[in-house]
Formats: sequence, C-alpha cells, structure tokens
Amino acid sequence: MSTITALSGRAVPLRGNDIDTDRIIPARFLRCVTFDGLGEFAFEDDRKQLTAVGKVHAFDEPRFKGAKILAVNSNFGCGSSREHAPQAIAKWGITAIVGVSFSEIFFGNCVAMGLPILRVSVADAETIQALIEADSLAVVAVDLEKLQVSVSGKTFSAQMPDGVRKQFLSGAWDATGELVAGAAAVQATAKKLPYVSNFA
Amino acid sequence: MSTGTLFDKVWDLHTTRLLSSGQTQLFIGLHLIHEVTSPQAFAMLRERGLSVPFPQRTVATVDHIVPTENQSRPYADGMAEEMMTAIERNCREFGIRLFQPGSGKQGVVHIIAPEQGLTQPGMTVACGDSHTATHGAFGAIAFGIGTSQVRDVLATQTLSMNRMKVRKVQVDGTLKSGVYAKDVILHILRVLSAKGGVGFAYEFAGSTFSAMTMEERMTVCNMAIEGGARCGYINPDETTFAYLKGREYAPSGANWDKAVAWWKSVASDADATFDDVKTFRAEDIEPTVTWGISPDHGVGVGESLPARESFAKEEWATIDEAYQYMDLKPGQPIAGVKIDVAFIGSCTNGRISDLRETARVIKAHGGIVPAHVKAFIVPGSEAVKVVAEAEGLHLIFTAHGFEWRNAGCSMCLAMNPDKLKGDQVSASSSNRNFKGRQGSPSGRTLLMSPAMVAIAALEGEVTDVRKVLN
Repeated sequence: MSTITALSGRAVPLRGNDIDTDRIIPARFLRCVTFDGLGEFAFEDDRKQLTAVGKVHAFDEPRFKGAKILAVNSNFGCGSSREHAPQAIAKWGITAIVGVSFSEIFFGNCVAMGLPILRVSVADAETIQALIEADSLAVVAVDLEKLQVSVSGKTFSAQMPDGVRKQFLSGAWDATGELVAGAAAVQATAKKLPYVSNFA
Repeated sequence: MSTGTLFDKVWDLHTTRLLSSGQTQLFIGLHLIHEVTSPQAFAMLRERGLSVPFPQRTVATVDHIVPTENQSRPYADGMAEEMMTAIERNCREFGIRLFQPGSGKQGVVHIIAPEQGLTQPGMTVACGDSHTATHGAFGAIAFGIGTSQVRDVLATQTLSMNRMKVRKVQVDGTLKSGVYAKDVILHILRVLSAKGGVGFAYEFAGSTFSAMTMEERMTVCNMAIEGGARCGYINPDETTFAYLKGREYAPSGANWDKAVAWWKSVASDADATFDDVKTFRAEDIEPTVTWGISPDHGVGVGESLPARESFAKEEWATIDEAYQYMDLKPGQPIAGVKIDVAFIGSCTNGRISDLRETARVIKAHGGIVPAHVKAFIVPGSEAVKVVAEAEGLHLIFTAHGFEWRNAGCSMCLAMNPDKLKGDQVSASSSNRNFKGRQGSPSGRTLLMSPAMVAIAALEGEVTDVRKVLN
C-alpha cells in the first residue's frame, strides 16, 4: 500500500462551475476496454470549441503544460459515474485536485484511484486560480497531514472527510485489500440478510 | 444525524464492519454491470489474482453501445464488438449471469433489473452507472460507482463508503393533467439545484409519490443524481409489492409473505428524523422543459427564459455560457423553440407507460412528424418492446412518422450510432442536457417528459402538451 501525504508541482486552473464528466471525457472515448490513452482526450470538445473561436483552453496553454495540480470551482465532475473522467485527468498528468466541491461519485473515483481531492472555500478557490494565472511557474503544495494548500507564499486551509484523509495517509485508499480481509464478516452479514436466500 | 429512516435501517443492516479509515464496509445486495464500465474492473481482478465470491449477486446486461437498428453480430462498430466480446468472456469466466440481446431480458440496466424482479426493497444496489438511483423507487439504497469500485464489489461484494445525510423531499397534492413524474423531478431540480443534494440521500415522500405507479417512481428516483444526491428512494408500499409479485426473480410461494413483512419493516418509521426537509406542492408543478446545459436549468412550458440576475452571482458565468451554447436569449418564451430531433427512451422514460402515453398524445394530435424533424422511439428493454408491439403501439408510432427501434441507451448518451449532428436541437425524454451529451460536440438538448417530446416532434417546436390533452 502506498501512502500519500503531500504533493506539489506547477498547477493548471480550470474555471467554471458544474463541469460534468461528459465534458471531461466525451462518451465516444468510453468505447474502450482499458483506460490507457485517455489523457490526450481530456476536455477534448471544450478544447476544440475554444480553439475554433480563437481562444485557448487551460489544458492547451503551453505555460500550463506539465502541471501536476488541477484547480477547479464548484460541483466539478457532476453527471456520469465514468471513472474514465478522473482517469483521463490523471493520465494527462494531474496528481491532485483542489476545488470548492465535487460530485460524490467523481470524488469516490478519485479516492479509489489514489488521486487526492481537496475542498477549499469559494473565495480561496478563486484566489488560488488567480495566483496560478499570475505565475504559471508557481509551485502549488498540497499537504494532507496539515490539510493545507499553499502557493506563492500564501496558505489556504483545505477540507477532506476524515476517513478519506486517513485512507490516503495510511495507504488504504486502495480499499480492496482490507475489504478482502473482511471476507468472514461479509459472509456473516450475507447470512443475516433474508433476501440473500430469497426469504427461504 | 437522521434516525429511523429507511436509509438508516438499510445502511445498518448492510454494515459489515468499520474499516481502519473509519469508513463502513457496506455489503452490496445487488450488483449490476454493463459493457462500458466493467471491462477494466475485470482486468484489475485478473492482475491481482482475485476471484468473485458472490457471482450470483451480480447480473450483467449490455445497453450503452448496442445498436438500435442492425443488431446482427459482429457489430459494424469494431470497438463496440470488442466491448461485447469482453463482457461475454468476463461473465463466462467468472460465472455471472448475462442478459444478452435476443434473450428477451436485455435492455437498459435500470429497466431490466426492476422488470425481472431483481431489484427489491431493503437491498443495497450498486452499478457502474450514475442512474443506479433509479432502483431507489423500490425502497432500496441504490447508487452509482466507478470502475475501481466495480472491482471491489466483484472481489468482495462490499464497498468502502461514507454514510450520507438524509433529506426528505416532500411533495403533496394531485398533479395537474399533462404534468408527469418527469416534470416533478425537473421541478425539484430547478428549485434545489444540480448540486444541492451533494452529501445527501433523498427520501421522496408525500401523497404525490404515494399515488404514483412504480414506473413513475423510477423516473423520479432516476434523476436524484442530477440534483447531486447519489441516491434517492421512496418507501415501499402496496404499489411496490403488487409490482413485484410474480416477477421472475422476486420471492414466491410461502416466501412471499415473509418477504413482504421484511420489506415493510425497513420503511421509514413514522417518527423518523431527517437531516433536512424540503416541501413542494404538486399543484405548483407545470410541464417543465430545460433550456440550458444542466438539468436544473428548467422552466415551465408557459414561461419565458430567466434573466441571469435571477440566479446567484456565482452562477452567472454558467448561465451566460448556457445561453451562448444553446443560442437562446433571456426573456424569450421556451414554447416555440424549434427542434430538429425528438428522442423518446432511456432509463428515465423508456418504460411501457411512457410509450403508452406517447401513443395517446400522438393519437390526440393526429398529425405526422414534419419532414425536417427526425423522431425515434427506443424501448427501454426487449420486454417493453414485446408488450408495446402486442398492444400495437409501434403501428401508431410509425404511422405518424416516428421510427421504432430495438432496446438500448441509444441517444441518451450516444455511444451507439444514434447521435445528433452539428448544432441540432433535440427534444429528449432522457436525463442530461450537458454540452455534447447526445453525440455532437455542439448538439443541444431540451429535456422534457415523453408526452412533451411527442408533441414537440409533431409540431416541430416546443409545445404545451395540454393543447391536445385538455
């Protein structure tokens, strides 16, 4: 089990509320049997549409290439449960996500993949994005022990449910091992549930 | 913290133990899988040398990539064929039941499990699909999961989960004519917002839901996730039991009465407490249509589109983006917006009652879909298709210019050949109006009830269905 306590690196700000998983990875890229190769298609349609009107998506800006931390706003990752979405973001190079709020399924997928995902206030999310935009070389540091995000000499307090934080710090974010170890307890639970035997 | 709710009871009954993180190891009573979110999970099982200890508690079908026209194998889309082959092999190897096209049991996963009697009150239900909330209509705690969690359920029949809060969403009163379950949930979303339910399970309670059929309840619970609530449920009652009786995988004989007694025992207690309560009046709900790029961007069909100032300031950028993408303007009426495509189907509204109501609206209108509109109807399952054809519904559809297809998810998310083209506008009975959702990166979606889609198809524009029903 690999523990995850702190991550740092350059960051990419992606502004907007309610950025859904269809936008993160359009459904046509779900026609696959592995997650390999999804990274280059992250935000594919949003990127192309901005390019077509002479604008540039943050994921296409040369100054944000190689970013490790993604800074977003509210309700990021809403919609479809597709793990392809956080997988595409991770395969693009992101190792941690900071934002105001996330859909629960997206959040759960990130945890299960070992991708730390932290909440900050509305104002702090915007300040963090502005600081990254002002200095794309600034290193953003995410600290799960102190529950802090720091950038350009400023420090912001972050939130993460206690159980999830413990999962990262102890390496139990990959829950499979511990779940498998509970096999006897699982059998006992199944025996107590009358529908498991179809009420016989 | 909530106490005495169905959520609390079912959660506690399925709690296997507390994990070192403090999270719950939760037993999953029914695990549903489909071809899109499961292949990587099986690959992970093989990599780690894990087996499936409860293969009989997982049921598979194929729905997302299945073509709704030519279903002969191999599929024209080579990748769709590869995904089909993968789920066939995975189910064979791990001993999991697979409902294939042609079996009579294939269809959209959230339609077939209730139809077969697999979904029952008091269960926990998980599936690698966000619309798993649908199964909450039976008084189950049902939620979507990602692929790594599909791996965990396959390998252990459990998940590592945090307990949710419970919000009662109470609606009382009688719905007006022409107002459907779909309008109820679109109205709730409009008021509580797309993110208002994050962290909550929604208990839908009140006389409006008690009066609904199981199919209507499924439509409501299906879209709980569009409000941020990972699961939504309705307490089981006589309507629930009557629906289940006689279905293939439901309990039968001497076990039926034992089952009903247990199902009643898991319903929320009269003195249950909730973390939050929101109330609505059925009479306030109008036929509702979405105009934007999030399912909470809805208006009554008689209304004009809202000014951005009517939203919280932090939403203004999203509202501006929605208007720009949809090429609509604040102040314009939603009625009269032209459409190019009409789609009836999906896990939200692809059931037999949806098709019967569609046929009723078509007959009441009497017209034919104009040449510039493409209208098609996709039954939610093979079983729905059989019943619809036995009732002659397909003849009504095709006589009035609607295409009649085979079962699948189709243009709800457009992973199969059914897609919008360019910036076409679709009137859709599905659940998401996200940018690009229906297969074209610039395609536009207006969500509404199947009855409203039917009349939009016939008129070529958004139209109040009450024009022909009253």
